[in-house]
Amino acid sequence: MSATRTALDRVTRVPGVRGALVIAAADGLVVAEQLMDGVDGQAAAALAGSLVGRLARTAASAGLRPPAFVHLRGDAGSVLAAPGPDDLVLVAVVSPDANLGLARLEMIEAAGRLT
Amino acid sequence: MRALEPWVVQPLESFLAESAARLTLLMTSSGQVVAQHGFSRSLDVMTAAALGAGIVASTDELARLMGGATFEALVHHGQRQSCMLAAFGTPRGRWIGLVVFGPETSVGIVRLFFEQMVQQLAAAAPREQPAAPMLAENFETELDSSLKALFGR
Repeated sequence: MSATRTALDRVTRVPGVRGALVIAAADGLVVAEQLMDGVDGQAAAALAGSLVGRLARTAASAGLRPPAFVHLRGDAGSVLAAPGPDDLVLVAVVSPDANLGLARLEMIEAAGRLT
Repeated sequence: MRALEPWVVQPLESFLAESAARLTLLMTSSGQVVAQHGFSRSLDVMTAAALGAGIVASTDELARLMGGATFEALVHHGQRQSCMLAAFGTPRGRWIGLVVFGPETSVGIVRLFFEQMVQQLAAAAPREQPAAPMLAENFETELDSSLKALFGR
Protein backbone atom coordinates (compact mmCIF):
# COMPACT_ATOMS: atom_id res chain seq x y z
CA MET A 1 0.00 0.00 0.00
CA SER A 2 1.37 3.42 -0.91
CA ALA A 3 2.28 6.04 1.67
CA THR A 4 -0.54 8.18 0.35
CA ARG A 5 -3.16 5.48 0.85
CA THR A 6 -1.77 4.68 4.30
CA ALA A 7 -2.00 8.34 5.30
CA LEU A 8 -5.61 8.59 4.15
CA ASP A 9 -6.53 5.38 6.01
CA ARG A 10 -4.98 6.62 9.25
CA VAL A 11 -6.79 9.94 9.13
CA THR A 12 -10.20 8.65 8.07
CA ARG A 13 -10.18 6.14 10.96
CA VAL A 14 -10.32 9.03 13.46
CA PRO A 15 -13.87 9.53 14.79
CA GLY A 16 -15.64 12.49 13.20
CA VAL A 17 -13.42 12.71 10.12
CA ARG A 18 -15.70 12.99 7.06
CA GLY A 19 -12.95 12.71 4.52
CA ALA A 20 -9.27 13.12 3.84
CA LEU A 21 -7.31 14.17 0.78
CA VAL A 22 -3.75 14.48 -0.33
CA ILE A 23 -3.42 17.56 -2.52
CA ALA A 24 -0.73 19.32 -4.51
CA ALA A 25 -0.46 22.67 -2.75
CA ALA A 26 0.75 24.73 -5.69
CA ASP A 27 -2.00 23.53 -8.03
CA GLY A 28 -4.79 22.96 -5.51
CA LEU A 29 -5.59 19.66 -7.21
CA VAL A 30 -6.47 16.31 -5.64
CA VAL A 31 -3.74 13.63 -5.63
CA ALA A 32 -5.73 11.04 -3.67
CA GLU A 33 -8.90 11.12 -1.60
CA GLN A 34 -11.17 9.15 0.72
CA LEU A 35 -14.37 11.12 1.19
CA MET A 36 -17.87 10.52 2.50
CA ASP A 37 -20.79 11.42 0.26
CA GLY A 38 -21.49 15.13 0.22
CA VAL A 39 -17.89 16.28 0.66
CA ASP A 40 -16.70 18.19 -2.40
CA GLY A 41 -13.11 17.05 -2.80
CA GLN A 42 -12.28 19.41 -5.65
CA ALA A 43 -13.44 22.45 -3.69
CA ALA A 44 -11.68 21.32 -0.51
CA ALA A 45 -8.44 20.74 -2.42
CA ALA A 46 -8.54 24.09 -4.21
CA LEU A 47 -9.39 26.15 -1.15
CA ALA A 48 -7.10 24.30 1.27
CA GLY A 49 -4.21 24.52 -1.19
CA SER A 50 -4.77 28.25 -1.53
CA LEU A 51 -5.05 28.69 2.25
CA VAL A 52 -1.87 26.76 3.02
CA GLY A 53 0.06 28.57 0.28
CA ARG A 54 -1.03 31.99 1.53
CA LEU A 55 -0.27 31.14 5.15
CA ALA A 56 3.20 29.91 4.16
CA ARG A 57 3.87 33.17 2.29
CA THR A 58 2.52 35.20 5.21
CA ALA A 59 4.76 33.34 7.65
CA ALA A 60 7.77 33.77 5.39
CA SER A 61 7.07 37.50 5.11
CA ALA A 62 7.05 37.70 8.90
CA GLY A 63 10.34 35.81 9.09
CA LEU A 64 8.66 32.69 10.46
CA ARG A 65 8.79 29.06 9.40
CA PRO A 66 5.83 27.72 7.38
CA PRO A 67 2.95 26.29 9.42
CA ALA A 68 3.18 22.63 10.41
CA PHE A 69 -0.57 22.38 10.94
CA VAL A 70 -3.57 24.51 9.96
CA HIS A 71 -6.98 24.36 11.65
CA LEU A 72 -9.81 26.32 10.03
CA ARG A 73 -12.91 26.09 12.22
CA GLY A 74 -16.45 26.79 11.06
CA ASP A 75 -19.99 26.32 12.38
CA ALA A 76 -20.51 23.00 10.61
CA GLY A 77 -17.06 21.56 11.17
CA SER A 78 -13.41 22.17 10.47
CA VAL A 79 -10.84 21.83 7.74
CA LEU A 80 -7.46 20.58 8.92
CA ALA A 81 -4.30 20.70 6.82
CA ALA A 82 -0.82 19.31 7.44
CA PRO A 83 1.85 20.21 4.87
CA GLY A 84 4.20 17.38 3.95
CA PRO A 85 7.23 16.98 1.69
CA ASP A 86 7.26 17.59 -2.08
CA ASP A 87 4.59 20.30 -1.93
CA LEU A 88 1.98 17.76 -0.81
CA VAL A 89 -0.60 18.61 1.83
CA LEU A 90 -2.74 16.21 3.84
CA VAL A 91 -6.21 17.70 4.30
CA ALA A 92 -9.11 16.48 6.45
CA VAL A 93 -12.72 17.63 6.56
CA VAL A 94 -14.14 16.95 10.03
CA SER A 95 -17.48 17.35 11.78
CA PRO A 96 -17.87 19.56 14.88
CA ASP A 97 -17.78 16.56 17.23
CA ALA A 98 -14.54 15.11 15.79
CA ASN A 99 -11.64 14.13 18.00
CA LEU A 100 -9.45 17.03 16.90
CA GLY A 101 -6.50 16.14 19.11
CA LEU A 102 -6.21 12.64 17.70
CA ALA A 103 -6.81 13.92 14.15
CA ARG A 104 -3.99 16.45 14.58
CA LEU A 105 -1.54 13.83 15.85
CA GLU A 106 -2.38 11.38 13.08
CA MET A 107 -2.21 14.03 10.38
CA ILE A 108 1.17 15.46 11.40
CA GLU A 109 2.62 11.95 11.64
CA ALA A 110 1.09 10.83 8.32
CA ALA A 111 1.97 14.02 6.44
CA GLY A 112 5.64 13.59 7.28
CA ARG A 113 5.61 10.20 5.52
CA LEU A 114 3.95 11.38 2.30
CA THR A 115 5.94 10.77 -0.85
CA MET B 1 -14.57 43.79 -17.82
CA ARG B 2 -16.89 44.16 -20.79
CA ALA B 3 -19.68 41.93 -22.08
CA LEU B 4 -21.96 41.95 -25.09
CA GLU B 5 -24.92 40.69 -23.06
CA PRO B 6 -25.80 42.11 -19.62
CA TRP B 7 -26.75 38.78 -18.02
CA VAL B 8 -23.14 37.59 -18.44
CA VAL B 9 -21.75 40.43 -16.30
CA GLN B 10 -22.59 39.26 -12.78
CA PRO B 11 -21.35 35.63 -13.14
CA LEU B 12 -18.17 36.83 -14.83
CA GLU B 13 -17.51 39.53 -12.23
CA SER B 14 -17.97 36.98 -9.48
CA PHE B 15 -15.54 34.59 -11.19
CA LEU B 16 -12.94 37.33 -11.64
CA ALA B 17 -13.19 38.39 -8.00
CA GLU B 18 -12.84 34.86 -6.66
CA SER B 19 -10.29 33.39 -9.05
CA ALA B 20 -7.88 36.35 -9.40
CA ALA B 21 -7.58 35.57 -13.11
CA ARG B 22 -5.52 38.06 -15.12
CA LEU B 23 -7.29 37.68 -18.47
CA THR B 24 -10.60 36.06 -19.28
CA LEU B 25 -12.36 35.58 -22.56
CA LEU B 26 -15.80 34.07 -23.09
CA MET B 27 -16.68 33.15 -26.66
CA THR B 28 -18.95 30.96 -28.71
CA SER B 29 -17.57 27.73 -30.13
CA SER B 30 -17.08 29.54 -33.43
CA GLY B 31 -14.85 32.15 -31.79
CA GLN B 32 -17.30 35.04 -31.53
CA VAL B 33 -16.42 36.99 -28.39
CA VAL B 34 -19.15 37.33 -25.75
CA ALA B 35 -17.18 38.97 -22.93
CA GLN B 36 -13.64 39.85 -22.05
CA HIS B 37 -11.59 41.02 -19.10
CA GLY B 38 -8.01 42.28 -19.13
CA PHE B 39 -7.40 42.65 -22.84
CA SER B 40 -6.51 46.15 -24.00
CA ARG B 41 -6.40 45.70 -27.77
CA SER B 42 -9.18 44.40 -29.98
CA LEU B 43 -6.66 42.63 -32.20
CA ASP B 44 -5.40 40.60 -29.23
CA VAL B 45 -8.84 39.52 -28.16
CA MET B 46 -9.95 38.52 -31.65
CA THR B 47 -6.73 36.56 -32.20
CA ALA B 48 -7.02 34.82 -28.83
CA ALA B 49 -10.66 33.96 -29.53
CA ALA B 50 -9.86 32.48 -32.93
CA LEU B 51 -6.92 30.46 -31.57
CA GLY B 52 -8.90 29.29 -28.52
CA ALA B 53 -11.83 28.13 -30.63
CA GLY B 54 -9.41 26.34 -32.95
CA ILE B 55 -7.70 24.53 -30.07
CA VAL B 56 -11.03 23.39 -28.62
CA ALA B 57 -12.16 22.17 -32.04
CA SER B 58 -8.88 20.25 -32.39
CA THR B 59 -9.12 18.62 -28.97
CA ASP B 60 -12.77 17.72 -29.58
CA GLU B 61 -11.75 15.95 -32.75
CA LEU B 62 -8.86 14.25 -30.93
CA ALA B 63 -11.29 13.05 -28.26
CA ARG B 64 -13.62 11.73 -30.94
CA LEU B 65 -10.77 9.83 -32.60
CA MET B 66 -9.85 8.31 -29.24
CA GLY B 67 -13.43 7.18 -28.82
CA GLY B 68 -14.10 9.13 -25.65
CA ALA B 69 -16.13 12.06 -24.50
CA THR B 70 -14.86 15.57 -25.11
CA PHE B 71 -12.13 16.94 -22.84
CA GLU B 72 -13.37 19.11 -19.99
CA ALA B 73 -10.46 21.51 -19.83
CA LEU B 74 -7.01 22.08 -21.21
CA VAL B 75 -4.39 23.73 -18.99
CA HIS B 76 -1.02 25.04 -20.14
CA HIS B 77 1.33 25.55 -17.20
CA GLY B 78 3.89 28.30 -17.63
CA GLN B 79 6.67 29.74 -15.47
CA ARG B 80 5.05 33.14 -14.98
CA GLN B 81 1.49 32.51 -16.03
CA SER B 82 -0.76 29.65 -17.06
CA CYS B 83 -3.73 29.31 -19.35
CA MET B 84 -6.92 27.26 -19.04
CA LEU B 85 -9.24 26.60 -21.95
CA ALA B 86 -12.60 24.96 -21.28
CA ALA B 87 -15.77 24.45 -23.29
CA PHE B 88 -19.15 24.34 -21.58
CA GLY B 89 -22.83 24.20 -22.42
CA THR B 90 -25.18 27.15 -21.99
CA PRO B 91 -28.83 27.71 -22.98
CA ARG B 92 -27.33 29.84 -25.79
CA GLY B 93 -25.22 27.00 -27.15
CA ARG B 94 -21.70 25.79 -26.52
CA TRP B 95 -19.32 28.44 -25.23
CA ILE B 96 -15.59 28.48 -24.53
CA GLY B 97 -13.75 30.12 -21.66
CA LEU B 98 -10.11 31.13 -21.93
CA VAL B 99 -8.51 32.11 -18.62
CA VAL B 100 -4.96 33.34 -18.07
CA PHE B 101 -3.76 33.30 -14.46
CA GLY B 102 -0.54 33.76 -12.53
CA PRO B 103 1.09 32.28 -9.43
CA GLU B 104 -1.12 34.43 -7.18
CA THR B 105 -3.84 31.81 -7.70
CA SER B 106 -3.91 28.12 -8.68
CA VAL B 107 -5.44 25.92 -11.33
CA GLY B 108 -7.63 24.33 -8.65
CA ILE B 109 -9.08 27.69 -7.63
CA VAL B 110 -9.59 28.76 -11.25
CA ARG B 111 -11.35 25.50 -12.13
CA LEU B 112 -13.51 25.60 -9.01
CA PHE B 113 -14.82 29.11 -9.62
CA PHE B 114 -15.02 28.59 -13.38
CA GLU B 115 -17.47 25.74 -12.76
CA GLN B 116 -19.47 27.99 -10.46
CA MET B 117 -19.57 30.64 -13.19
CA VAL B 118 -20.80 28.06 -15.70
CA GLN B 119 -23.68 27.16 -13.36
CA GLN B 120 -24.50 30.84 -12.80
CA LEU B 121 -24.47 31.53 -16.54
CA ALA B 122 -26.83 28.62 -17.16
CA ALA B 123 -29.21 30.00 -14.53
CA ALA B 124 -28.96 33.61 -15.73
CA ALA B 125 -29.30 33.03 -19.47
CA PRO B 126 -32.58 34.27 -20.97
CA ARG B 127 -34.67 31.39 -22.29
CA GLU B 128 -35.72 33.02 -25.54
CA GLN B 129 -33.45 32.77 -28.55
CA PRO B 130 -32.88 36.26 -29.96
CA ALA B 131 -30.15 35.26 -32.40
CA ALA B 132 -31.03 36.74 -35.78
CA PRO B 133 -29.37 35.44 -38.92
CA MET B 134 -26.17 37.34 -39.66
CA LEU B 135 -26.56 38.95 -43.07
CA ALA B 136 -23.69 40.02 -45.27
CA GLU B 137 -24.89 43.63 -45.48
CA ASN B 138 -24.92 44.18 -41.71
CA PHE B 139 -21.91 42.04 -40.80
CA GLU B 140 -19.50 44.98 -40.58
CA THR B 141 -21.97 47.05 -38.53
CA GLU B 142 -22.49 44.15 -36.13
CA LEU B 143 -18.73 43.63 -35.83
CA ASP B 144 -18.14 47.33 -35.12
CA SER B 145 -20.83 47.46 -32.46
CA SER B 146 -19.43 44.32 -30.82
CA LEU B 147 -15.93 45.79 -30.71
CA LYS B 148 -17.29 49.03 -29.24
CA ALA B 149 -19.13 47.09 -26.56
CA LEU B 150 -16.07 45.02 -25.72
CA PHE B 151 -13.54 47.84 -25.72
CA GLY B 152 -15.59 50.98 -25.21
CA ARG B 153 -14.34 52.72 -28.31
